[in-house]
Amino acid sequence: MSASENVAIPGTIPQAMPARRGMPAWQVALVVLGGLVVAIAPAFILESFPLFQLTMAVIMGLAVLGLNMVTGFNGQISLGHGAFFALGAYATAILMSHLDWSFWATLPFSAAVCGVVGYGIGFPALRLGGLYLALTTFSLAVAVPQILKHKSIEDWTGGVQGLFLVKPDAPAWMPGALTPDQWMYFVAVGVAGVCFLLCWNLIRGRIGRALMATRDHQTAAEAMGMDTATLKTRAFAVSAMVTGIAGSLSAVAVEFVAPDSFSLMVSITLFVGMVVGGVASILGSLFGGLFVLFVPNIAEAISKAAPGVIYGILLIAFLFILPDGFAGLLRRIAGRLRRRG
Amino acid sequence: MALLEVRDVVVRFGGVTAVAGVSFDVEERQICGLIGPNGAGKTTLFNVISGIYKPTEGQVRFAGQMATGLPRHRMAPMGLGRTFQNLALFRSMTVRENVLAGAHADGHAGFLANALRLPSARREEAAAAEHARSLLALLDLEAVADIPVAALPFGTQKRVEMARALISRPKLLLLDEPAGGLNHGEVDGLAQLLRDIERNFELSILLVEHHMNLVMRVSDKVVALDFGKKIADGSPAEVRSDPEVIRAYLGAEAAPHAA
Repeated sequence: MSASENVAIPGTIPQAMPARRGMPAWQVALVVLGGLVVAIAPAFILESFPLFQLTMAVIMGLAVLGLNMVTGFNGQISLGHGAFFALGAYATAILMSHLDWSFWATLPFSAAVCGVVGYGIGFPALRLGGLYLALTTFSLAVAVPQILKHKSIEDWTGGVQGLFLVKPDAPAWMPGALTPDQWMYFVAVGVAGVCFLLCWNLIRGRIGRALMATRDHQTAAEAMGMDTATLKTRAFAVSAMVTGIAGSLSAVAVEFVAPDSFSLMVSITLFVGMVVGGVASILGSLFGGLFVLFVPNIAEAISKAAPGVIYGILLIAFLFILPDGFAGLLRRIAGRLRRRG
Repeated sequence: MALLEVRDVVVRFGGVTAVAGVSFDVEERQICGLIGPNGAGKTTLFNVISGIYKPTEGQVRFAGQMATGLPRHRMAPMGLGRTFQNLALFRSMTVRENVLAGAHADGHAGFLANALRLPSARREEAAAAEHARSLLALLDLEAVADIPVAALPFGTQKRVEMARALISRPKLLLLDEPAGGLNHGEVDGLAQLLRDIERNFELSILLVEHHMNLVMRVSDKVVALDFGKKIADGSPAEVRSDPEVIRAYLGAEAAPHAA
């Protein structure tokens, strides 16, 4: 255990590292500016339908981020996050269509409801863990569409028919005349942007390290003074909240909620998005959202008869080429740039 | 009052008595070695002290406070740091992140403060980062600071564990077989490191160890266990010449000659 003899590590990595610290201010500004352009431009380039699809992709990316917070970063497998997506969507739809709330007013309420329910699910999750937790959350996703159809709450949920609602209008002070589709896109990008930023802050600080430490080695995490039970239940709450907010956005973007839009498939889609984007990656979640929204369309364009087969092949090919998802690709590119620079 | 007081600790697993009423103290700024042949109950006793097991009888007091029965995550804030026998690092995280994770008990910023990057959270983070840097320098880990721990050799990973345990400024450092898996030269380095740590951090160390040579060289005091009972307790010289200890290690016939 003497000092130097064990520091033998494969060649180039150590020298490459210091470059990460202290990116010059103009570079940061450039990245931020570039990001803004990339985020805003589609609203003025794309036609109405592709823009709607991109809006939905951003929303799915946000929902995947929610799943990543608990499954990716904290290691609690959830196969039922579609339930929180549905809960958020219905919270917003009910408040808007029955009580005439504005969309913005429903957001904190929807987030709170999903957070509380997620927190509640977090407690049995403490005892279950691993595959058992996966099955339990899975059953939640199976139950939700049926609960939404149930007669006793039909007056509120609209039963099988669902509820119709209207996209929020662009506020009058906005320069130029934005169409509702353009405004909806900005709403989705804005809300998702805030959520991504908050999650990014959370993950790179004390709590994020504790979440990952708990995932990697629970006994050691406890020995470091981490209250793993509290961390896990709160991670579940945060996760449900983020996915619920995505659900709220989807309700207004689609202008309609119905039980059959929230089948088991939503939960599986979110899971696919998480793996494809990159498990335990913030930015990867956004790519996961783009993938699960656009790749099925590509599959359909290739073969109308068996889009599922093509989708499956694309998915396998993708995971074969990028086993760590998009996030792994990004990390590799960043590493190469750093070594060169 | 001693820093760590172990009193009449008994641990039974079903019908097996692993620890049968052991008492000993660790004073402040003392290095205490806990030795014994295989199956003597060292690791069980270690797990009782670190809060992993609850003793069937008896109690452990730390800095005058009752430690027995506290939840495991309350031990670190009391000033109890530890390393693990078979490395228990956070494998997906870098060396620096592992060490920072050790500072968890020092911090207060919760979910909200972190998500909003409140000034309090930022200050705390900056202080922890600075502290981590100094520990990485001390344990010669700067060159590998931003590499995932899983990619590093065993001896380096052990140093990472040490840094992770030290960052929370423990009053007592529990080390479970720190020399396990190290070669001769590395054990020499470890002995020096333990003495440096005791001096620089003004802490006590409780060392569970097979490596007799290391224990005898660094300890101020040695406690010997056999079949779950304490058979000797004293300075390294006293314990080494104790007939009970010689018998436990070398067998009954060897005792008269060896003594």
